[in-house]
Amino acid sequence: MYFNMYFFTKLLRHTALVVLVSPLFAQALWGQVNDVALMQSKPAKFLSEYGLFDNGAMQSPAKGLLPYSIKVPLFSDYARKYRFVYMPMGVDAVYSADEVFNFPVGTVLVKTFAYPADFRKPEENIRLIETRLLIHQKRGWNAWAYVWHEDQTDAVLKAAGKTLPVSWVDIAGVAHSIQYAVPNKNQCKGCHTFNKKLSPIGPKARNLNYNKTYGEYTHNQLQKWTDEGYLSGLPNLEKVTEIPAIDDASAPAEARARAYLDVNCAHCHRAEGPGSTSGLFLTYGERTPSAWGYLKRPVAAGRGSGGLQYDIVPGEPDNSILLYRTQSIDPGVMMPELGRTTVHDEGITLLREWVRELR
Amino acid sequence: MKYALRKVWFGFVVIFCTGVHAEEQKIVVDMTGDVQEALQEALIFAEPGTIIEIGEGQFSFSGALSLDVPNITLRGAGMDKTILSFSDQKTGSEGLLVTSNNVWIEGLAIEDTPGDGIKAKGVDTITFKDVRVEWTRGPNVENGAYGLYPVESTNVLIDGAIVKGASDAGIYVGQSQQIIVRNSRAEFNVAGIEIENCYFADVYNNITTHNTGGILIFDLPNLPQKGGHSIRVFNNKSIMNDVANFAPPGNIVGTVPRGTGLIIMSNREVEVFDNEFAENASANLMVVAYPREYNDPGFNPLPQNIYVHDNIYGRGGWDPDGAAKELIAPATGLPLPDIIWDGAVDGVWAAFFGPSERDRLYIKEKEGTTFANLQFVKDMILPWGASVLRDIKDHEGSFEMRGAIKLPQDNDMAEVVSMKELVGRK
Repeated sequence: MYFNMYFFTKLLRHTALVVLVSPLFAQALWGQVNDVALMQSKPAKFLSEYGLFDNGAMQSPAKGLLPYSIKVPLFSDYARKYRFVYMPMGVDAVYSADEVFNFPVGTVLVKTFAYPADFRKPEENIRLIETRLLIHQKRGWNAWAYVWHEDQTDAVLKAAGKTLPVSWVDIAGVAHSIQYAVPNKNQCKGCHTFNKKLSPIGPKARNLNYNKTYGEYTHNQLQKWTDEGYLSGLPNLEKVTEIPAIDDASAPAEARARAYLDVNCAHCHRAEGPGSTSGLFLTYGERTPSAWGYLKRPVAAGRGSGGLQYDIVPGEPDNSILLYRTQSIDPGVMMPELGRTTVHDEGITLLREWVRELR
Repeated sequence: MKYALRKVWFGFVVIFCTGVHAEEQKIVVDMTGDVQEALQEALIFAEPGTIIEIGEGQFSFSGALSLDVPNITLRGAGMDKTILSFSDQKTGSEGLLVTSNNVWIEGLAIEDTPGDGIKAKGVDTITFKDVRVEWTRGPNVENGAYGLYPVESTNVLIDGAIVKGASDAGIYVGQSQQIIVRNSRAEFNVAGIEIENCYFADVYNNITTHNTGGILIFDLPNLPQKGGHSIRVFNNKSIMNDVANFAPPGNIVGTVPRGTGLIIMSNREVEVFDNEFAENASANLMVVAYPREYNDPGFNPLPQNIYVHDNIYGRGGWDPDGAAKELIAPATGLPLPDIIWDGAVDGVWAAFFGPSERDRLYIKEKEGTTFANLQFVKDMILPWGASVLRDIKDHEGSFEMRGAIKLPQDNDMAEVVSMKELVGRK
């Protein structure tokens, strides 16, 4: 009985293959996911060729894509992100307690970066900047970034990356203008590396373990993934690690700060990541104080040390290299090295609060 | 593919080379338009086995370049002809990052990166041949940390490099194994050449001059690879290192006194021979323990089994700086002797009777070479302190050191040279 239900839900998400070609975007071939194109080693020139959206400009996904959110997201210059997971019919990801799920070949993780013109009206005048694809092919994961046309009709492959001006007005009404950096393929790997192989970062159990609204209904995402046939092996939800949102004042600063560092830093700063050479390991589960920076000396920081002696000096955020580097926008100093051109004020406030509390 | 190579034109160069390389693909990058995009696309879309060539000229980049395709040769027209300038770099913490195996970089210069020059991370077989990395404004605390920066790599060959102005180390090899650094010149850096937490390195035929410290053989705690060993330093000239330390504080090289020829800090099995050390105002050669407090039970802070022989010592130690001035000069007076050992040892027994046979410092130098054992540990143990020992004969002896490092790509080099000759003759 269970199996019948299971396969039924899997089939369900692919049965209604409605090809919606909006007359407004006539040149784009939106509507049906093109599995063949996705499995090619050479990327498509235009995002539309993959058929991942019914309507790209509206970010309404094609059948088979499930929207998801991350509880503590990576900071990317305040960009708003639309995330979707796609898997071909009949396969699902296998649950992992601490690491990214084991996704089947054919999986596509889709992330679109966008800015509303005014964050006080977040649903109006949204400009799509780029859509990044992580495609699980037979030979491993592949990463590509597509930059949206100004008229938002389609997005074009930019394997070498691109810099483009982006402006917005923040929730306080302050205008911002930055040179937004679309990463090149190798830069994608700069963060998305696990044991030297390209790998997703975000979809871990602890990042997905919270409620998301799907239309009229609200579900725990992990449950939803399981119910829709995207995930197998989910234990009782009580057994899944929960992390606090960074603005959750009811949670201790330590838990929020470590969750923040986990998402923003630990993809590199872990034994299996590109930042292993530093010996600074910031995964959520790291318990050795010198490994997570407590009175740890810098190794190859160069001027990234800012003249300071330790990564974290308990009680002294201004004497901690961690704060010096996360507050910088100088390419020779700043951390993370990629993915931001501005300072994440809310994140810095949290890290300062945590370091100040440390004894 | 056809899209990607929009800005790159292809040339297939068939090189007949006694059947070894039947055919190689060569791309000459068109550097007339958007060089950032053109070169980066070439580096991304190159097939393994490709030679990527960049012609003469000075090219400006706003972001980091990176290479993740294996078996690639990246070749310029010469270190003074093909210049990649990063003075306008806005993103990326190095000029060029290499993460793929079997990469050969030759005949180009990287200038004025805000961060490191060229970093190779986790690479098996990486070669820098006739490459220059320079911060053109000279020594400055705002310069990037490392010029050539292979780390966690294996089979590292640095040959004929010139590195100037690094605010940490010009040539820095970290947490790597099987290393050759030779025929290179490091000037106006804080450290000229630094081998840190490495196994099996040969450093020879280099000139290190006008740095704060010429050559550093270091080992640090709390790193994935530690316990550096099997290092040979020979036939180098480390002379007139006279630049004030301009490293940002907090980094270990920030502690190096201005005017040091060679420092061995922790590490074991280090052989130093046939070098010339001269005109180093703090000290020509120092052998010391890791000086800071640390929390790493697996780390040995002491230098062990060090063999120093047949070197030439010129003037040194007449105007010491930093720790050499504050800690050593009061004990030894001026000038500081040619070879200085801090005398840090493991325990009370060793403090009085010297370290065990295999942990010793062995010295065989010509008559007149001066020496000091500062006996720092004994000095701490005894309430009345301990005096400096100056008898170099206490350190007589030697140990069998390994033979030369051989790298797989070093054979290839002979082939490349012969290929060049072949092509030239056509």
